[in-house]
Amino acid sequence: MTYKMKAEGVNAFFGKTQALKGVSLDVPENQVVAVIGPSGCGKSTFLRCLNRMHEVAGGSRVGSILLDGENIDDIDPVNLRRRVGMVFQKPNPFPTMSVFDNVAAGLKLNGTRDRGKLAEVVERSLRQAALWDEVKDSLQKSGVSLSGGQQQRLCIARTLAVDPEVILMDEPASALDPISTAKIEELIFQLKSSYTVVIVTHNMQQAARVSDMTGFFYMGNLIEYDVTKKIFTAPSMKQTEDYVTGRFG
Amino acid sequence: MSAAFVYRWRKAKNLAMTGLSLLSVGAALVPLFLIFFYTLSQGIGALNLDFFIHMPKPVGETGGGMANAIVGTGILILIGSAFGLPIGILAGIYLAEYGHTAFGAVTRFMTDVMSGIPSIVVGVVAYILVVLPMGHFSALAGGVALGLLMIPTVTRTTEEMIKLVPDSYREAALALGIQRWRATLRVILPAALKGITTGVLLAIARAAGETAPLLFTSLGNRFWSTDVTQPIAALTVFAYDYSKSPFEDWIRQSWAAAFVLILLIFVVNVLFRIVTRGRFAAER
Repeated sequence: MTYKMKAEGVNAFFGKTQALKGVSLDVPENQVVAVIGPSGCGKSTFLRCLNRMHEVAGGSRVGSILLDGENIDDIDPVNLRRRVGMVFQKPNPFPTMSVFDNVAAGLKLNGTRDRGKLAEVVERSLRQAALWDEVKDSLQKSGVSLSGGQQQRLCIARTLAVDPEVILMDEPASALDPISTAKIEELIFQLKSSYTVVIVTHNMQQAARVSDMTGFFYMGNLIEYDVTKKIFTAPSMKQTEDYVTGRFG
Repeated sequence: MSAAFVYRWRKAKNLAMTGLSLLSVGAALVPLFLIFFYTLSQGIGALNLDFFIHMPKPVGETGGGMANAIVGTGILILIGSAFGLPIGILAGIYLAEYGHTAFGAVTRFMTDVMSGIPSIVVGVVAYILVVLPMGHFSALAGGVALGLLMIPTVTRTTEEMIKLVPDSYREAALALGIQRWRATLRVILPAALKGITTGVLLAIARAAGETAPLLFTSLGNRFWSTDVTQPIAALTVFAYDYSKSPFEDWIRQSWAAAFVLILLIFVVNVLFRIVTRGRFAAER
């Protein structure tokens, strides 16, 4: 199995507070890795280390993370984030842009002017995000005029438009209703044929449904990382078992 | 105490508070209307087409207008804006995006101090910076004085408005692999545009109403001039000069000048709003 990303002994800090303690985790290519754990366990921090957004918020990190064998600290953060895209917890379409411009933003703001190419990418991305049929007649409407679930799929389309290799999702469905959640999960399942996905989630059923591998974080430590089925049926650590059976957390 | 009594008491308090709020709105609006209508009533005798298209008549003759002062005030505001707005807006962007340093804190403090400097002192600064080297009064000097007055207001409102834009947009843009400066310019700034516009208009309105810093910079001019290197007429300076005169006709014109100034600021406000409205402003 080839590994797309590889974290080796990652420690992350916010000032003097340590949020991650020696986390090593391999992300296999074209698979979905779920990261679970109680609030404040460091799972979001881990995700934000992978595209170096952790440092944007003023955090620091030691320990190397590799993307295709290359240390991400040797890659310009702007280029890294084009290869490792991110979807946030709260839908955050750009408020002053239309649906079309939101999806095209990554390309447009980096200098792509070719209208034909933009239209093509926007349609492809919206189709991939299973949003095209709902918005194809209102591409010029404001991005924030869509419903919450549509906005989140718009954000996914926006991330797909820059054609990343890895997609990080930080609790992408936690602000959505069950129907929208189901659509997002279905989408994640389809995405893994062409992308590698790392998803942080509070919802264990969701992790069980969408992921191939699952990592359980607790108080900054990666307690256990294994095939999803094993984590949920026969975990080797007591803490993992307590968490997935709902006894704590 | 019965439940019904508690309910009525709560309703009564709510009514009283709503009433007080309305009263406060009234208290804030009444002076505005009083000024507007009093200025109009005093100046109406001099307000006619001539006032807008004719030049001031020589001393002793009645009639005439302030065409040169209307254009002059416009030119002064344009020069002031061209000088003050870019500096103010860029400084505001800097303070909001990169101002978490000691330098940023000092700049912020100095900006606040600057906004408290009496405008006549700013006039002296412009006098030293522009009038002395040029050797004579000029529209340019007046514009610089007005620009200096605009900078602190614009800087601080721009900073505050940019800070109000949720971090999530900034993060979304960066996570797309968009460079920081582009994200600021194309995502953050448009989202803050409405608020920045308000700050800019406030600054323009304040500058347009200034008299003191113009007295020894742009000086005033009874003749037609659009030459920025020469003294230029301004509505405020005319209003000030004429109001001290013994001629009834001039005093009427002084009121008319004040009224036209208010009108001018109103029109600039409306135009600016329309231009910067943007496609999705109404939905936000």
